[in-house]
Amino acid sequence: MITKLDVNSAASARGLTDITIRNLFILPTIAFLIIFNIFPLIYSLGSSFYDYSAASNQPAVFVGLQNYRDLLASPYIWSNFSITAKYVLVSVGGQVIVGFGIAVLLNRVIPFKGLITTLLLLPMMMSAAVVGLFWQLLYSPSWGPINYVFGLGDFPWLSDPTAALYAVAITDIWMWSPFVMLLSLAGLSAVPKHLYEAAAIDRASGWYTFSRITLPLVAPLLLIAIIFRTMEAFKTFDIAYVMSVQPTTELIAIRLYKLAFQEWQTGRSCALAYIMLIMVLAITNIYVKYLNQVKAR
Amino acid sequence: MRRGIATLLAAAGLAFAMANTARAEELTIFWAEWDPANYLQELVNDYTKETGVKVTVETTPWTDFQTKTFREFAAKGDAYDMVVGDSQWLGAGSTQGHYVDLTDFFKKHNLENVFLPATVAGYAEYPIGSHKYWAIPLEGDANGWAYRKDWFEDPKEKAAFKAKYGYELGVPKDYKQLRDIAEFFYRPDQKRYGIAIYTDNSYDAIAMGVEQTIFSYGGDLGNYATYKVNGIINSKQAIEGLEAYHELYKFAPPGWGKAFFLEDNQAITEGLAAMSMNFFAFFPALANPTTNPHASGTGFFANPAGPTGAHFAALGGQGISIVSYSKKRDAAMKFLEWFVKDSTQKKWGDLGGYTCSKAILESQEFRKATPYNEAFYQSMLMVKDFWATPEYAELLDELNQRLYPYIVGGKGTAKEALDGVEADWTKTFNKYKRYSQK
Repeated sequence: MITKLDVNSAASARGLTDITIRNLFILPTIAFLIIFNIFPLIYSLGSSFYDYSAASNQPAVFVGLQNYRDLLASPYIWSNFSITAKYVLVSVGGQVIVGFGIAVLLNRVIPFKGLITTLLLLPMMMSAAVVGLFWQLLYSPSWGPINYVFGLGDFPWLSDPTAALYAVAITDIWMWSPFVMLLSLAGLSAVPKHLYEAAAIDRASGWYTFSRITLPLVAPLLLIAIIFRTMEAFKTFDIAYVMSVQPTTELIAIRLYKLAFQEWQTGRSCALAYIMLIMVLAITNIYVKYLNQVKAR
Repeated sequence: MRRGIATLLAAAGLAFAMANTARAEELTIFWAEWDPANYLQELVNDYTKETGVKVTVETTPWTDFQTKTFREFAAKGDAYDMVVGDSQWLGAGSTQGHYVDLTDFFKKHNLENVFLPATVAGYAEYPIGSHKYWAIPLEGDANGWAYRKDWFEDPKEKAAFKAKYGYELGVPKDYKQLRDIAEFFYRPDQKRYGIAIYTDNSYDAIAMGVEQTIFSYGGDLGNYATYKVNGIINSKQAIEGLEAYHELYKFAPPGWGKAFFLEDNQAITEGLAAMSMNFFAFFPALANPTTNPHASGTGFFANPAGPTGAHFAALGGQGISIVSYSKKRDAAMKFLEWFVKDSTQKKWGDLGGYTCSKAILESQEFRKATPYNEAFYQSMLMVKDFWATPEYAELLDELNQRLYPYIVGGKGTAKEALDGVEADWTKTFNKYKRYSQK
């Protein structure tokens, strides 16, 4: 015999309904979100339409879309965007190649696989500022081990206007390839073994097996990794800020920081933050659309 | 029971009153994290002994100093009662209401005559020539040079130099000699280089190095009264000055593209360079054998003159201002009265602080006290500063953006770089309606 339990009875006895308890759990989170996320988001959107400096003690003046117009007409800002695009391309591209490559190598029976995987994950557990400072030493022209190992003499990695951005991107690749590796490894281990067995019976080549079985099945997870890494790379501040002061490494997030906290152009920096937000959303949407197409196949 | 509650309430009230009294007897000064801040803490301990008012010198790294100070100003916070602010902050501090007007205080204590004129103009007055004062000159500083005296005095080096350049190797008298000496000691195969200059462009490092070269070449950054920059920042003299700075960079150690005070001191301590540019505030470390193995062979000199004899040094240093949001402005004012006393200024100089007191700076005792004090004194007579307008941070960033690719990256010409600066600065001054105010 099934007895119908009155789920509200215990709570009701204490004067609290299920709905009240649910609300008690949810309300602090909602309040937190409203105070720390939604309110600043709306407030900064409003501020982006004003000529306003938080440090100036002057009243804000409504300027409509002027901040957006000025920013989008500024050659400096476009230069920052172009540097950021190049950085994202090199950094994320490198992470996918290195991360996926390591995952493929690890996706087999090898001794100490667990230990090797754990060690490979260490870089992404470090603080970005520490990684930046550490690589600054590695790149040192006079006594840095990188120049020594590759026989590059006194090559000034971080002072050379062209090489500096790539030097920062290489550091980011070192730090975040393990993330791509981890997701790829999850995807690779989920590929059914019988597909490889069938390919082997059909005498399929290694490349054919990789391009027709491995890659399509890992693609959704790889794309998720790319989405996360692109969003993060687009917002990169710490590593680049710590490692180099070149105008050629001034990513858009660094420009935003300078506008907001060195020049105290609060209204304009809010507008730039919104331009960045829209761009990140647009890029993410393109990826998500592609991800859905891959999943549908 | 009732008596117990009453006792508790009385105790709480007493504790609250005592806490408030204790707070009223504390003052906080905010400054950057460096040796002079430690000297200041030592100095103000005397004030605590004399008055019972506890004074704390709170510090933050240089890279964070401006951001943290203005963040506090933006919040109208009273965490700091006084701030030892950079000279460029005067415009923002005074016109935006962050600093207390000290004009009456200045006049009451006749400080225009107590402190060296350049320090009054550089650290206290805004706008220039207005005789309105917002700070008390605290730490005088200028951009000078350290050099390897032992290398310069080596007879073999002296003979080789004379054979090559036709004059005696010694402290450079002008920029031509500075360049020749830098070239002479540039020996990458021996890991020995000619000169270490400022190249960091994240704050005012490269700007300070370049501006004193431009000033000494007879150029200027603009007209500080009318904000006119066209034909000034991109004048023939300014272009030549920038070209000279670019030329010096060729004789710097490899990878010298992010050098500020730390790196330039290291150039001497690690035996890398023959000459090194730095603010005088960083020179005590070079005269100290525990921090510089070459201390006995290190000398100091003021920035040399330009080709036409114009002679300038970039102004560093800071003045102390009372933060207008402080709830202890009267106590801060009393502290400043103590600070400007001759005896306090003397002690400040003895502790290692660079006093701006005219009488002390001019005294033989001060000028002979350290190997670098004479050069410091000479520099303080010819200092010139960057723009101190409220929008100085924008001007600085625009200058950095144009200078760096030319000096370090070798891109474009000095004229193109300075034409770009002129265009950017004119636009910025227009944005802040500086021309319509005139």
